[in-house]
Amino acid sequence: MSQVIATGKAFEFTPENVKKAKVFIAKYPKGRQQSAVMPLLDLAQRQNENWLSREALEYVGNFLDVPYMRVLEVATFYTMYNLKPVGKYFLQLCRTTPCWLRGSDDLEAVCKNKLGISNGETTEDGMFSLLEVECLGACVNAPVVQINDDFYEDLNAKNFEVVLDKLAKGEVPPKGPQIDRINSAPEGGPKTLLEKTGDA
Amino acid sequence: MPTLTVDGVEVTVDPGTTVLQACEEAGAEIPRFCYHERLSIAGNCRMCLVEMEKSPKLIASCAMPAGDGMVIHTNSQKVKEGREGAMEFLLINHPLDCPICDQGGECDLQDQSMAYGSGTSRYHELKRSVAEKNMGPLIKTTMTRCIHCTRCVRFATEVAGVEDLGAINRGENMEIATYLEQALDSELSGNIIDLCPVGALTSKPYAFTARPWELTKTESIDALDAVGANIRVDSRGQEVMRILPRLHEDVNEEWLSDRSRFSYDGLKAQRLDTPYLRKDGKLQAVGWNEAFDAIAAKLDGLDGGKIGAIAGDIACAESMKALKDLMDLLNSPNIDCRQDGAALTTETRSGYLFNSTIAGIEEADALLIVGSNPRHEAALINARIRKRWKMGNFPIALIGEQMDLGYGHEYLGAGPATLAEVAAGKHSFAKILKKAKRPMIIAGQGALNRADSAAVLALTKKIADDFGLLSDDWNGFNILHTAAARVAGLDLGLVPGEGGKAVKEMLDGSLDVLFLLGADEIDTSRLETSFVIYQGSHGDAGASVADVILPGAAYTEKDAIWVNTEGRPQLGRRAIFPPGEAREDWTILRALSEKIGKTLPYNTILELRAKMVETAPHFADIDVVTPAPWGAFGAEGAIEESAFVNPITDYYLTNPISRSSRIMAECSTTFSKVKREGTGTNG
Repeated sequence: MSQVIATGKAFEFTPENVKKAKVFIAKYPKGRQQSAVMPLLDLAQRQNENWLSREALEYVGNFLDVPYMRVLEVATFYTMYNLKPVGKYFLQLCRTTPCWLRGSDDLEAVCKNKLGISNGETTEDGMFSLLEVECLGACVNAPVVQINDDFYEDLNAKNFEVVLDKLAKGEVPPKGPQIDRINSAPEGGPKTLLEKTGDA
Repeated sequence: MPTLTVDGVEVTVDPGTTVLQACEEAGAEIPRFCYHERLSIAGNCRMCLVEMEKSPKLIASCAMPAGDGMVIHTNSQKVKEGREGAMEFLLINHPLDCPICDQGGECDLQDQSMAYGSGTSRYHELKRSVAEKNMGPLIKTTMTRCIHCTRCVRFATEVAGVEDLGAINRGENMEIATYLEQALDSELSGNIIDLCPVGALTSKPYAFTARPWELTKTESIDALDAVGANIRVDSRGQEVMRILPRLHEDVNEEWLSDRSRFSYDGLKAQRLDTPYLRKDGKLQAVGWNEAFDAIAAKLDGLDGGKIGAIAGDIACAESMKALKDLMDLLNSPNIDCRQDGAALTTETRSGYLFNSTIAGIEEADALLIVGSNPRHEAALINARIRKRWKMGNFPIALIGEQMDLGYGHEYLGAGPATLAEVAAGKHSFAKILKKAKRPMIIAGQGALNRADSAAVLALTKKIADDFGLLSDDWNGFNILHTAAARVAGLDLGLVPGEGGKAVKEMLDGSLDVLFLLGADEIDTSRLETSFVIYQGSHGDAGASVADVILPGAAYTEKDAIWVNTEGRPQLGRRAIFPPGEAREDWTILRALSEKIGKTLPYNTILELRAKMVETAPHFADIDVVTPAPWGAFGAEGAIEESAFVNPITDYYLTNPISRSSRIMAECSTTFSKVKREGTGTNG
């Protein structure tokens, strides 16, 4: 397997991203611009359909005057950088114990049956990619799937399908819990401290 | 100065010393894989664990600075168990393929698992396997064996200055790889083979050819460039199996350049193993007597002025002394050791030496490189410059061809005009030189093989004089040679005598007899009218135009002295015998001299060396750099417009041995960007 995939198309930051990149670089002392490699890789990934091509990696390397190998080391170390093309919606399914206990297996089955993709695969139409990941830190709303930048929480086979259907139609379902609750508040509204205090 | 106790022994060490170094000072042996004294500290193999009192856990001694009052135990039960544990983890994914591994017998992992391992394995699961990587024609990879010490990555990044090697992925999936699987493009790449503590990186040319315990190890000197790296020639029977570096802090530290390391297969190819005589236009194998008779007949009654001799780039000091004496006996002033026509003269020794010494580079604080690419001309000196540059506060400027030297430098200009500007103090870098306490100038052969070289040399001397390059304990004037033979040749006076011809005039066909002592890097096109005697080891350019060929010994086949660019005489030792009828070079000249009735006054190599000492006393002090007094050299004159051109166009093919080497040819096609039109080895 090759380390990186070349597209043959030149990569260049948009003027807007160049500005952002300069802000990141300015956060570090002069001559230590290589420290900005991670935010810049992220910028590049966002601009490049959520993955890093060889051109994007080398562009970042040149931008920061860092050898390509050093950029590649960082990019291969962190799972947040995709080194091959992913779908429009990048599903990161949490498989760590709390999510697993709360039914992440069902969500995996949905992906398999509905989208026809397993871990690391992309649908043929290029809409969805699935990656199993470790704890996303939202155990209180388990099970959770991260879709691009947003967490979709309290999923089960049914509402996960609804979310996927909406995404496929081009709609963006509201992020957060997919059941009747606000953030990690109790389902169906408050359960305690229901009585008002004060003037009683 | 922290004082600590190691196994009951009290040691005081310099601040900044690690616990591991302190332990070694106290005489305790600490096993290690990732730690290497010339590389940065990684601390990732955990083999160097020791027990420190008041610490709940064992500490990694390589990464822990020695502190005052520490009490260290290196042999306690806890340490023993810690080492066993570290060893067990390292061996989890290491294949047990020692019988088919080239590192077997000289493997750190093998040795240390014998000494510190538990002896049995509790691991029954599958081991991971890693795809092999392509690292070019020199380095064979078996990455499954890699234990991720990252010595190779650190060496490439820190010493060699190439950032192509790295560790990709993480955890169990970590792999050492080059960017895009490119070959590792460095002149020092072979050193990662030595550094690798396991059999992950081994020598491709040496693969499966020998085991370390069946090799005869001969400590010798490299003669393929002018650095004079200390080498160990490993031979089996009458075959050189490989060449490894030997520690010499003042010369090569423990590194060796690729050309010196991997040219050894050239010692077996294109060899001249019997005398040849040109009969009816064709070279035919003859006996020594017939060859000598032909020369004697040709020389009989010939005027000395019609005879000339050129000494080549690999010639040893002994053979050059014998050649010089023979030419004197023949009354010939036509002798030269400067094949490339360098404008160096013999009157002032410091005018052709690397006076600062190689180790001295580390004390310098500014450097001007003129007409040289040290990366190709002396890769090990380049590594030293890089080492100094990495310490910081070392401004480097370059006049000559623009190139990547592996360290940051200011590019001043291409030709002598820029040099004149600096010498006149008009250039900004002149101020830096002026301000520096120990500034250096390195002039390469690219500055010296020109028509105006005497003037260029005078300019560099002017810089040396005007900008404080000379003080009581510092000489910052340096000539970087490319030929191992050059300094000894100049020391022994192999330059044209009064009215004598230099190389260029000798090659125009005006001589009746021309003696080439391993001289191949010359223009042989107009030698048809001359009777050419070629003495050397390889059938290269010189041999192809010869009328008589006298087969000599290669540098691994004779006891001989070479003087490196610093002026350091070093003793090379014979590892194997010359092939066939070939003989040690000075003995050939001695035998020939007897045949022509001008017997040289020495019968043994010791008598010959005594004569050398008479001419140049420093030959008596082996491995000593005798400081040379400053004096006059160079000649002021007009300089030309043209840019400096570096002499080496292809690093891998600079001498007849390398040109005969298949490995070097492969390297040349892989790495050298120059287009070559034939190698000149086909005769």
